[in-house]
Amino acid sequence: MAEFVRHSGLVVPLDRINVDTDLIIPKQFLKSIQRTGFGVHLFDSLRYLDEGVLGQDCSQRELNSTFPLNEPRYRDASILLSGANFGCGSSREHAAWALLEYGFRCVIAPSFSDIFYNNCVNNGLLPVVLAEAEVAVLMQRAAATPLRLCVDLAARCVSVGEEGATPEHWDFEIDDFRRDCLLRGVDDIALSLEQEEAIRAFEARRLREAPWLYATPASSAAASVPQRS
Amino acid sequence: MAKQTLYDKLWAAHLVHERDDNVALIYIDRHLLHEVTSPQAFAGLRHAGRKPWQPAACLAMVDHAIPTESAQRGSGTAGIRDELSRIQVKALDDNCADFGIEQFALDDPRQGIVHVVGPELGAVLPGMTIVCGDSHTSTHGALGALAFGIGTSEVEHVLATQCLLQKKMGNMRVCFEGELSAGVSSKDMALALIGHGGSSLGVGCAVEFVGETVRSLSVEGRMTLCNMAVEAGARCGLVAVDQCTLDYVRGRPMAPRAALWPQAEHAWRELHSDADAVYDSELVMDAGAIAPQVSWGTAPDMVAAVDAVVPDPAREADPARRAQLEQALQYMGLEPDMALTDIPLDTVFIGSCTNARIEDLRSAAAVLRGRRKHPSLRRALVVPGSGQVRRQAESEGLDQIFLAAGMEWREAGCSMCLGMNDDYLSPGERCASTSNRNFEGRQGFGGRTHLLSPAMAAAATIHGRIADVRELL
Repeated sequence: MAEFVRHSGLVVPLDRINVDTDLIIPKQFLKSIQRTGFGVHLFDSLRYLDEGVLGQDCSQRELNSTFPLNEPRYRDASILLSGANFGCGSSREHAAWALLEYGFRCVIAPSFSDIFYNNCVNNGLLPVVLAEAEVAVLMQRAAATPLRLCVDLAARCVSVGEEGATPEHWDFEIDDFRRDCLLRGVDDIALSLEQEEAIRAFEARRLREAPWLYATPASSAAASVPQRS
Repeated sequence: MAKQTLYDKLWAAHLVHERDDNVALIYIDRHLLHEVTSPQAFAGLRHAGRKPWQPAACLAMVDHAIPTESAQRGSGTAGIRDELSRIQVKALDDNCADFGIEQFALDDPRQGIVHVVGPELGAVLPGMTIVCGDSHTSTHGALGALAFGIGTSEVEHVLATQCLLQKKMGNMRVCFEGELSAGVSSKDMALALIGHGGSSLGVGCAVEFVGETVRSLSVEGRMTLCNMAVEAGARCGLVAVDQCTLDYVRGRPMAPRAALWPQAEHAWRELHSDADAVYDSELVMDAGAIAPQVSWGTAPDMVAAVDAVVPDPAREADPARRAQLEQALQYMGLEPDMALTDIPLDTVFIGSCTNARIEDLRSAAAVLRGRRKHPSLRRALVVPGSGQVRRQAESEGLDQIFLAAGMEWREAGCSMCLGMNDDYLSPGERCASTSNRNFEGRQGFGGRTHLLSPAMAAAATIHGRIADVRELL
């Protein structure tokens, strides 16, 4: 995964709850077999007035001027602030890829869906959970005047300004393991493979205790299931 | 020893290693793969020079982006007209061939929606850990298995290590008591639960469904309930193993046979929560009071009984929720206080991993028998969940009921649930759908979705608007 230590940037408020991953990256873009090319289609149906197509030139498309990401004052935003249950719905990791490729390094919300939260961490996009009331205050401020925040993962702290450790700050929680992985940009597959012997031992025991697991491989499974009423 | 929940037992049985910080390595017994969320994982595997740890645990099939018209299904991958979909399907064909993974390709009689095929084939079994790069993997929890959706990085992780790194989730218990009324199904139970508890009710939890109503459901009905657990925010749903589960599994092509069956049955009979197990949270639902449900908004928790009216945002006290309601009604083109049964429709879709099993099709056909699609409807699709479901439906004459009603009878796939193929809604098009998500644009750019049960979709087909199936029974 990519490393995340500390990031300062402009906040764009997306004042909406239950932002689902279909909204973040609509289905027609999931036909791509690449990890890239999703940034220009982030929030496609909200950002543009027409229906997007994978691989098109987006520079000529008409923008929805009321969508915050399109407002000139938020053009350089790299921190997305949104409502509860952010990233709900589909497990598509394309949502995290699209946010990163657009230029976001951090999403702040009162809560995230479980799968999306993992997808973010696995890509070095930091999901920060702040209390509902804190997010509401930040939402108002970001809508009123340009708000720049410093997100310090080492200190588990969000503060106003560029440098961190300012009087205006909010602590957030993230478990030690994920924090450590992000700070070091760990290859978590390699980390699991450090337990190779333990996995092999477990697998041998599991197959002894549950010998039916792979007893009939799919290749030899009959094409037809017995009919049932 | 402390009393354990079903989730506690499944977790403990798959624990490979636990670190001091409670992050655990858990073993994955079954890895289901499909064409949309796997190509980047295989690319990562290739890039790192890694191989699948246990190819026998993997089973792949195409379902999300494939055509469901018979005309495009006669000549395998090459017959897919859409170039991007053809490339994506071909990528799965090639990746499975390269890495020695069993795949049900487009023309395989066993092909279908991964969450329909897994259980029907016995490829997923009680007591297993099951993952797939798809949030509706929660479906398989109906068999007393620990099943949850994962992202593509995690798909790569499981391919390479057969394990996932994670912390244990919380335990939530949802109890349904009482007898379901006629015309009410497990889909209505799920929607009523989400309407009551909200879209983030189960975040961070494994939700176990218990109670006499759940026990009285068939395994397929339990699958619908667990499938929708993710719409309540829970990564997985669970139902304990009982005789009904064992009867369902026995004799399936990949289920244990001969001497292995009694051994498996013995182990599976332990797959229930202990009597005094403690949960982090509990909820009780009166199933007898549940009416057929219809969603009216753009999140699954925006749902009501069919005889209700569209809510008025002005009556909502919470400003965030009020803004969401206003946004939803605007997108859906609905007015406050209009009766749900006054909502006219353009399209009906019966299908998806939520409701495209044989019992779902029987339930819809029972309502449609001898009746016809309302002339105001543009189209009505019936998309079986698998080739097997399609064949069984045809052997029971269900296809003839749908065709006689003026509906289309398609080949298996995810189809209009997410509209990645040619089956999608046009801007403003309004659809009664047996699928699982009514998000903006889910079924097509600007499309409007009303979630309901197969029987309710049948009633909607007959009336050309949202209708109460109880009046047709």
